[in-house]
Amino acid sequence: MDLKPGTKLRSTVCTTEVVVIRAPSGPVDLACGGSPMVPSADAGEPTGKPAPGFDHGTLLGKRYADEVIGIELLCSKAGDGSLSIDGEGLEPKGAKPLPASD
Amino acid sequence: MHLDLVLDMAVSGHADRVAFGTRDGGLTYAELADRVGRTAAVVASKGARHLVFVGANSTDFPVLLFAAGRAGIPIVPLNYRLTPEKIRDLVARLERPLVVHDAEFGDLVELVDAHLMTTAELRAEAALVTEPILESDGDPETPALVLFTSGTTAEPKAAILRHKHLASYVMTTVEFSNASDDDASLVTVPTYHIAGVSNTVSNIYAGRRVVHLANFDPPTWLKTAHDEQVTHALVVPTMLSRIVEHMDTVGGEAPGSLRALAYGGAPMPATVIERALTLFPAVDFVNAYGLTETSSTIAVLGPDEHRKALEGAPADRKRLGSAGVAVPGVELEIRDDDGKPLPVGEVGELWVRGEQVSGEYEGRGPVVDAEGWFPTRDRAWLDDDGYLFIEGRSDDTIIRGGENIAPAEIEEVLRRHPAVADVAVVGLPDPEWGQRIGAAVVLRSGQTTDEPELQAFARAELRSSKTPDEIRFVPELPMTDTGKLLRREVALTFAEPAAER
Repeated sequence: MDLKPGTKLRSTVCTTEVVVIRAPSGPVDLACGGSPMVPSADAGEPTGKPAPGFDHGTLLGKRYADEVIGIELLCSKAGDGSLSIDGEGLEPKGAKPLPASD
Repeated sequence: MHLDLVLDMAVSGHADRVAFGTRDGGLTYAELADRVGRTAAVVASKGARHLVFVGANSTDFPVLLFAAGRAGIPIVPLNYRLTPEKIRDLVARLERPLVVHDAEFGDLVELVDAHLMTTAELRAEAALVTEPILESDGDPETPALVLFTSGTTAEPKAAILRHKHLASYVMTTVEFSNASDDDASLVTVPTYHIAGVSNTVSNIYAGRRVVHLANFDPPTWLKTAHDEQVTHALVVPTMLSRIVEHMDTVGGEAPGSLRALAYGGAPMPATVIERALTLFPAVDFVNAYGLTETSSTIAVLGPDEHRKALEGAPADRKRLGSAGVAVPGVELEIRDDDGKPLPVGEVGELWVRGEQVSGEYEGRGPVVDAEGWFPTRDRAWLDDDGYLFIEGRSDDTIIRGGENIAPAEIEEVLRRHPAVADVAVVGLPDPEWGQRIGAAVVLRSGQTTDEPELQAFARAELRSSKTPDEIRFVPELPMTDTGKLLRREVALTFAEPAAER
């Protein structure tokens, strides 16, 4: 699917929700728990459970990024599934926080 | 992204931590969210399109900021140092305003033609709400904040910041829930300054307890920082200048708990920051540069650069005068007057682009170019490593102690004095205020007046922060052949010793 900054997505198999911080230029297959993510606004409750290998969980407030693809997601709700793009797991971004500026 | 997500995440991540106030008895994030929902219901019931706030920075402000968001309308914090006439005029420019004010500012809003409530009345009404608003509409395009800036003309512009701008600023520059349990931030910036707003949201997202200090003075600041075990603080250069002066003359120790001190809002005099680095050796200093229209900070000079500068290598010392490097998600470009990019080291106008950049004004629309670049009207240059150096405003706005002052407004008042034929107001370099106000006055022939009389005349109309600090009497004002005032030449006359008059 095509993503843009600010897009909110949810998992269909767990409680995970993410917000797109940085979007890749082309469409990508973004999944959580091995199942494609859907816009948060889409009706429906998560059903089933994360597929094996995609069940490491997401952490609230963590950013998940891939520099090559040029994507960054912010986890706004934690869940049991883990994020992946085209079947490859997305890693939490190493925290390199800015000094508090305000 | 919508700002409400910041509050949602804070409640999910650190609900029972104290968000605002003292460690014992302060307001937790869960309690904050509860008050937000109730207050939003009251605000929505009034049918307003703008929530105007005239009040000091206190727990009421974050409640109102998020409540306005839930009600789907922007908050408009106004400067409580303005005159009642000015407040009336600004409110008159807003569609369907609801004005909420601290009781102590009742006289300031007495001329306003709008629904008025005190913060206490709103709190009381909110406490009775049975159906709070528990979520926002989530629309990132809704305006979250309207802030009046003062431009070169005396007519302030109403800058609009949408939820997507403020939310993106916080989510890209602050690490969620990264504050430790004993962190506390001492906040002295007012709500009508962009830093007062961004600071509120950043601290909620980081989970850092905020202690408000409504009226700044150095001994109270030092005592509060000590008593509340403050770890972080944000000051404008004028405040740091006064803290340093107080410690040097009266005494007082750097609070042992203080770990980080951020400053911004106006240029920092080198003498002040160098002295501060010596007086607070254990503290991480951060210089933050930004504009209202960019949701606050777009460049940051960090603690390492500050420490290195103190060690004394010339290149490192020069960096101390820098605004630092761009924050993630923000691009900087220096352009010439024709809009063409300039190479490293050359001075031109600073343009900026990023998700947090609005560059939009009420009634005027966005001033960004086709590629999304916003002209800051600041003169600046970049060094080889991307460090940004600000030379000053492209226009003539005076920034005195962090407050933007339009010369035209002061000139207009002084010109009404019977002895004044013409006047030019300029900013003069000042170690304490960043800039002080100088007025070059041409007298009407046969008339006399003096500095104290004109200062009193100005003060009666404008309040003290806009009263000229220094008045010179000149035979004529320097003009171009097309009749434009040459302000830089006016400023030069103040460098000479005052002549007998």
